[in-house]
Amino acid sequence: MEELPHPYEKFLRKDRIPHIWCEGCGNGIILNCFARALDELNIDLNKVVVVSGIGCIGRVSGYTNTDSFHTTHGRPIAFATGVKLANPELKVVVISGDGDLFAIGGNHFIHAARRNLDIQVICANNFIYGMTGGQGGPTTPLEAWTTTTPYGNIEQTFNLVHLAAACGSVYVARWTTLHTRWLTESIKKALQKEGFSFIEVVSQCPEIFGRYNKMETAIKMMQWFKEASEVQHFSDPAKAEITPNRITVGEFVDIEKPSYGRLLREMKTKVAEKKEQNEEKKDANRG
Amino acid sequence: MPATTAASAEKPRPIVRSGRRFMSGDIACAEGSLAAGCRFFAGYPITPATEIAEHMARRLPEIDGVYIQMEDEIASMAAVIGASYAGVKSMTATSGPGFSLMQENIGLALMTETPCVIVNVMRGGPSTGQPTMPGQQDVMQARWGSHGDYEIIALAPSSVQEMFDLTVDAFNLAETYRVPVFVLADEIVGHMWERVTIPEVESLKIVNRKKPTVRPNNRFAPFEPDEDLVPPMAVFGEGYHFHATGLTHDERGYPRTESAEAQTKLVQRLCNKIRKNKDRIIRVKIAMLEDAEVAVVAYGIAARAALSAVRKARATGTKAGLLRLETIWPFPEEQVAQVAGRVKAIVVPEMNCGQIVREVERAAKETPVVFLSKLGEEPHKPGEILDAIEGVKR
Repeated sequence: MEELPHPYEKFLRKDRIPHIWCEGCGNGIILNCFARALDELNIDLNKVVVVSGIGCIGRVSGYTNTDSFHTTHGRPIAFATGVKLANPELKVVVISGDGDLFAIGGNHFIHAARRNLDIQVICANNFIYGMTGGQGGPTTPLEAWTTTTPYGNIEQTFNLVHLAAACGSVYVARWTTLHTRWLTESIKKALQKEGFSFIEVVSQCPEIFGRYNKMETAIKMMQWFKEASEVQHFSDPAKAEITPNRITVGEFVDIEKPSYGRLLREMKTKVAEKKEQNEEKKDANRG
Repeated sequence: MPATTAASAEKPRPIVRSGRRFMSGDIACAEGSLAAGCRFFAGYPITPATEIAEHMARRLPEIDGVYIQMEDEIASMAAVIGASYAGVKSMTATSGPGFSLMQENIGLALMTETPCVIVNVMRGGPSTGQPTMPGQQDVMQARWGSHGDYEIIALAPSSVQEMFDLTVDAFNLAETYRVPVFVLADEIVGHMWERVTIPEVESLKIVNRKKPTVRPNNRFAPFEPDEDLVPPMAVFGEGYHFHATGLTHDERGYPRTESAEAQTKLVQRLCNKIRKNKDRIIRVKIAMLEDAEVAVVAYGIAARAALSAVRKARATGTKAGLLRLETIWPFPEEQVAQVAGRVKAIVVPEMNCGQIVREVERAAKETPVVFLSKLGEEPHKPGEILDAIEGVKR
């Protein structure tokens, strides 16, 4: 039988497959939606750079058939800052996890959002440190069981969309891995926005988070997403905390604001004009 | 620079400020970086290196470059690596506390073979220490500060002129060997004002990284070294679709986290590309060593008083000489050994509790080595070094 190519094959490094992700993991869905968004926008893959940090989803940069960089833990946004400013023609997309972006990398996130740096950040939020075997993190729900919260989590969680909105992101959305069409549309929108955009993808980790918290299969986890999620566009992100009974999904922010790159270009033009005027003055004085 | 705006492409402005100028070491360092082709600076304010950032903030926008103040030194170092991978020569400047924070991504730069320059204008440590006072206490941190095995290059300027010259050299070495290169200055050299001669553009030797000779295709292996053990460097946006990672990787840049062979091959090459090229990298300056009976081995600010002390010793008939290390890492072991073989004793003045002196002792073998420590506000006085020379002569 003739082997049919996968429609998104060109977005993947085929020689890197099979990937390292567990059965039922949500990361593949996120990668698929990302590939779909690139495809539908017909983006020149030569100009895309995928940057990731450390963790399960951090391996995504190794699978995308673009230029890609797998940074140190927590630093993909800081690395992406250098890439984007050095070559503004590049589309720089950071795809990383909740621990990477909001625990060890939290400082870089808030400042890149504040600067309105022209990058897209996609966060796979699986509520746990998967790569290291299931420790609690900044998005682990209260009372959840992890290897480092053996008596139940007593730390409050980050509401990522609220944080992103408060820091000045021009586009903020949250979806679960169940909302693939919405998610793809959001990624497309983010890729076309000027400035800092953020998409949280609530993703299932049945192998670790699920197993520890009575949802040991992908189906059970996605069942939770299905029952708890409620699509509400432009609702108050401050009230969108994820709870066992409610996952508010949708777009939260979609505003226009000049990006850091634009302001940098404008500043350079001003500097150049001023220089020219000064040179003319000097010439006139000499003459 | 891929992103040249139309306006600047039409009207090139002089970037290299050739001629005789009076400036501080920090400013000379900034000017040296621009002359070498640096067009990206990411940093965080810190005494006594802030003037480098301030000067870059003013100069870079004039020449279509980018200055960005990051949220910390961890981010600064990450951004510098990102810019270099986007094809732009990049630099950061800091002092001890910031240098500590940079160590993580200095390791990433080593592992991903990123050409870049890190200036450390050393102050007194440990911790916050003495921000406005000089020190040479980060010499071993420069060598071993990031985890794992590696070799790096570190240069030690001892004048404002050398802040310019060695910064140019640092970029050239970084581009040649695809390695982060340190300029290890100190508060005195950074803040001191002296006359500097900035060469004409034509006489400046500028090195740019090797580009891949193959066109973008599926077979391109971004970490396949040439004979000199250095791989040619593709940059983002050229169509190579390559991957780079801080994980142990093979020639294709793909993670090899469980292969002893891959680990051995990669880490040994990263070390060997410096070790096997050390004769091309290392530079020392000698003064009055031909018939010397006592040698002073010094670097950075301490080398200035050392030269004065050697001259004073000669004036009173004592045969003293100076071996000044411009390159600290890789350590000029052979050069020190040769000198050690000819003299009765070696004097090593350092503004720390004894760091390079251990390397000197190792290279000097049987020859006695006397260490002169100095901490705090003042550098060594020539008289103190002279006393040590006279002391060991007997």
